[in-house]
Amino acid sequence: MNEIVLYSVLSIGSLGTLMALVLYIVAQRFKVIEDPRIDQVEDKLPGANCGGCGYAGCRNFAEEIVKAGTLEGFNCPPGGSEVLSEVASVLGLEAEEQESMVAVVLCSGSRQVAPPKTRFEGLNTCEFAHSLYAGLSGCPYGCLGEGDCVVSCNFDAMCMDENTGLPVIIEEKCVACGACVKACPRNIIELRKKGKKSRRIFVSCINREKGGVARKNCKVACIGCGRCVKECKFEAITLENNLAYIDFNKCTLCRKCPQECPTSAIHEINFPPRKPKEKKENKTAEA
Amino acid sequence: MSLLTVSGSPHVHADDSVRKIMYGVIISLVPAMLVSFYFFGLGALIITLTAVVSCLVFEFLIQKYLIKGPVTIWDGSAIITGVLLAFNVPSNLPLWIVVVGSFVAIGMGKMTFGGLGKNPFNPALVGRVFMMISFPVQMTTWPKPIPLSTQLTDVVTGPTALAVIKDGVGRGEKVSQLLPKVPEYTDLFIGNMGGSLGEVSAIALILGGLYMLLRKIITWHIPVSFIGSVFIFTGIMWLVNPEIYIDPVFHLITGGLMLGAIYMATDMVTSPMTPAGMLIFGVGCGILTVVIRVFGAYPEGVSFAILIMNAFVPIIDRSFKPKRFGEEVKNG
Amino acid sequence: MKTFKTGGVHPPEKKFSENQPIEVLPLPETVSIPLSQHLGAPAVPVINKGDKVKTGQLIAKGESFISANIHSSVTGTVTKIDDVIDASGYRKKAVIIKVEEDQWDESIDTSDTLKKDCDLTSEDIVKKVNQMGIVGMGGAAFPSHVKLSVPKGKKAEYLLINGAECEPYLTSDHRLMLEKGEELMVGITIKMKALGVNKSVIGIEKNKPDAIEYLCELAKEYEGITVEPLKVKYPQGGEKQLIKALVNREVPSGKLPIEVGCIVHNVGTTFAVYEAVQKNKPLIERVVTVTGINIEKPSNLLARIGTPVSAIIEAAGGIPSNTGKVVSGGPMMGKALSNFEAPVTKGTSGILVFPKEASQRVTQLNCIRCAKCVNTCPMTLEPYLLALLSDKKRYEMCENNMIMDCIECGSCHYVCPSGRPLLDNIRVGKAKVGQVIRERK
Repeated sequence: MNEIVLYSVLSIGSLGTLMALVLYIVAQRFKVIEDPRIDQVEDKLPGANCGGCGYAGCRNFAEEIVKAGTLEGFNCPPGGSEVLSEVASVLGLEAEEQESMVAVVLCSGSRQVAPPKTRFEGLNTCEFAHSLYAGLSGCPYGCLGEGDCVVSCNFDAMCMDENTGLPVIIEEKCVACGACVKACPRNIIELRKKGKKSRRIFVSCINREKGGVARKNCKVACIGCGRCVKECKFEAITLENNLAYIDFNKCTLCRKCPQECPTSAIHEINFPPRKPKEKKENKTAEA
Repeated sequence: MSLLTVSGSPHVHADDSVRKIMYGVIISLVPAMLVSFYFFGLGALIITLTAVVSCLVFEFLIQKYLIKGPVTIWDGSAIITGVLLAFNVPSNLPLWIVVVGSFVAIGMGKMTFGGLGKNPFNPALVGRVFMMISFPVQMTTWPKPIPLSTQLTDVVTGPTALAVIKDGVGRGEKVSQLLPKVPEYTDLFIGNMGGSLGEVSAIALILGGLYMLLRKIITWHIPVSFIGSVFIFTGIMWLVNPEIYIDPVFHLITGGLMLGAIYMATDMVTSPMTPAGMLIFGVGCGILTVVIRVFGAYPEGVSFAILIMNAFVPIIDRSFKPKRFGEEVKNG
Repeated sequence: MKTFKTGGVHPPEKKFSENQPIEVLPLPETVSIPLSQHLGAPAVPVINKGDKVKTGQLIAKGESFISANIHSSVTGTVTKIDDVIDASGYRKKAVIIKVEEDQWDESIDTSDTLKKDCDLTSEDIVKKVNQMGIVGMGGAAFPSHVKLSVPKGKKAEYLLINGAECEPYLTSDHRLMLEKGEELMVGITIKMKALGVNKSVIGIEKNKPDAIEYLCELAKEYEGITVEPLKVKYPQGGEKQLIKALVNREVPSGKLPIEVGCIVHNVGTTFAVYEAVQKNKPLIERVVTVTGINIEKPSNLLARIGTPVSAIIEAAGGIPSNTGKVVSGGPMMGKALSNFEAPVTKGTSGILVFPKEASQRVTQLNCIRCAKCVNTCPMTLEPYLLALLSDKKRYEMCENNMIMDCIECGSCHYVCPSGRPLLDNIRVGKAKVGQVIRERK
């Protein structure tokens, strides 16, 4: 009995020692010398591997940033400036302040304002629908409503609104990684400056058709009338191909243009409600 | 006028559905079912009903309350699992074991992987092997067939033909001495022997297989390569030493080979999809069956062989691609 | 009976209009002629708003090699050159002409007399085909002069004429073969001259016995032309499948038929070539089959290019009240229309009207790995795998599994008992892989 115990202990023990030795030798022999800062930088990153930086995951981003030795051209959208300044401190660099951004859907063609003219059947991805036809409402620029952007979001920051058929971005969760921007085959989603108190003004339409044509399919399309351009004192609004665009770097959030828009294609978000008096004026102006 | 539908081509669809395929399989199982009722009487009927009903109930419960998805019990696949499971057990098996087997087949074999189409292993075989290992005594107590009996208990039991030979050879007896102890070959062919209730009648199973071939539910590749490789492999051994190894015809018409080759191995979900892959799969099943039957611990190896080969299906699918159009250019 | 070996399906033929002679569709009030009706670069307009144009006058020029000229199909005034909604709902540039009368350009021979002799040289024939804007009329609309110019170093051996018309419902090619048989034969000899080949085979599926018989009779008078009956099987009219069926050669993956010494032309194209070369008539009209289960009068109509689809359906008895889907082309490869105002183009072979109950797809279920798609694929691909890989965005693996060989015939989707949108997925994957391949270059 004792012998059995002895032999098994001896054989297993020596086997273990042998293995450990082999492992040690292999580890020493094939050791990859790596910059320790890569690990440190990686630790500071969010670790979501969202790809928003343009690299294949956080590790790759860390490798590249350490190799480059500068922060220029590197951005971690989900981490924002906080993470970048931490990374900068690891590398002994100065981080510049970066504006935080948020994804914005530039289409308001809900089922109510842009009624469906056809029925779609088949693979439920925007990519396929885009290659097949112009869309339920007939607007060749509008949202297809199959939700490729929602699928692409790694942060649960998007969902489809069942009622309107449009995607909704949950601001608090959005880290502006840009995955949805890439996923949308019609480039409807744009990363815009988050703005003071998350206040933003933007044209929620990318239709470049002539006013009448666009209006036929969707009541809230930008018809390119140019009233907002005239109203804007800061030259923030440009009109090109029948479409107004508000440059978020120039916009001062003065709230003049949304009132002017005849199709209410210009949206203002997170502002306090207007005074009733002003509203009345607005209404008479429209009439 | 209603809204126009926009969709990708094609705009027509063949008159075929999962349900049609599944019910086609069920129809093809009818001859074997009738033979089993004839030889094993009421017991067979009760076991079959129990298995089918419990498979349906378990699938319903899981789909409705566990997955909370659409309930698709009437697509026929659960019925097939139930029937095949019943076909794989002796007719005097206690009913609660059948229910447990159904639960394992549907629950573990099918629904854990996501339901029809996702399971890597044939659910009925998972259930059968589970019962085989958990309840070996009950699972190998084979009643002797009594045509048109209505008795439920006190049936005469005995070993299967395969077990007779295996045990005999194991004790050192010669095949020629053992042969009188097993039924005549014609009886074996028709199904007049002890065994699981659906596997006994080779002729009824072949009939069903032909029906499925005709309906294009299965292709010839798997049954032919499976049965063929068993025939060739056992044939070689028989030629080497007919005193230890019994002849190949005996191997073909006994045990679950026909049932396995025609119904279990050809299960669409768990078999390869390319013709070349199907042939490899069939040959693999055949060789494993013989290895287990002749050299293994069990007298019967079809279920294990198929389950083992099921595990190889993804790699077979990846390695044996069809010959692509235009791959070899022949000018003439 | 010859046919291609691997795969294929046989959907119900439903050729309701096969005994309807070709009728001339009256001129519509306006036509909108798209500038891009063919594969390749869009044509560039050479007329202006307000110009008067005659029937057959050149209105847009195809400037690059792979492009085609566009001619006015009516006489009238150009009201505008603007975007119009095409079949898919997207906007495409088109010339819109208000129809006033039907005065043909003087250079065109409008008589019906058969002109057999052609004394043009091979280069002149190709030039003529190019000038007259002839494109493949089977559906893909590939410019014909490109096909007729054999690249250097290659040699054409056979001219194969596609009279298979393997798509269910469609009968335009069938009627053309019956009514314009002589012209077809002359067209074939012209093309044989252009290509420098002395053998030509016309492949016709055997569900058109009258056409086979008639053309067999005619072919006796022409040297080198034979007629080959084919087994009824879809997609026999696919270029690669037809070559396999008729001369038993396989076009290598990613290569053109010229690689195996074959040129394939549709019967419609052949007729157009005849008219272009012998009668100086550009491609301004084509035979369109209008059919469907509920269509009152399924017919084959000779329609001018640019005629709105609604006018064509009107001529066949109007749009049935329970219409659920309108398809341009055949049921297997056609495109579903999102509106009725889309114009007929050079590639429109038919207009199909499906009732509501037939326009919905079957419910989608899990793949049960039945391998029907693998057995049916005429290119011996694995549609289930390609669809899965494309769905999971594994485009590299798609490429390795030869997704680019897919001819989008739709057989896989047609047979799938689970009703899975296999072709939809494969199309997405194909587009992506194509993009990747182009970027690599």
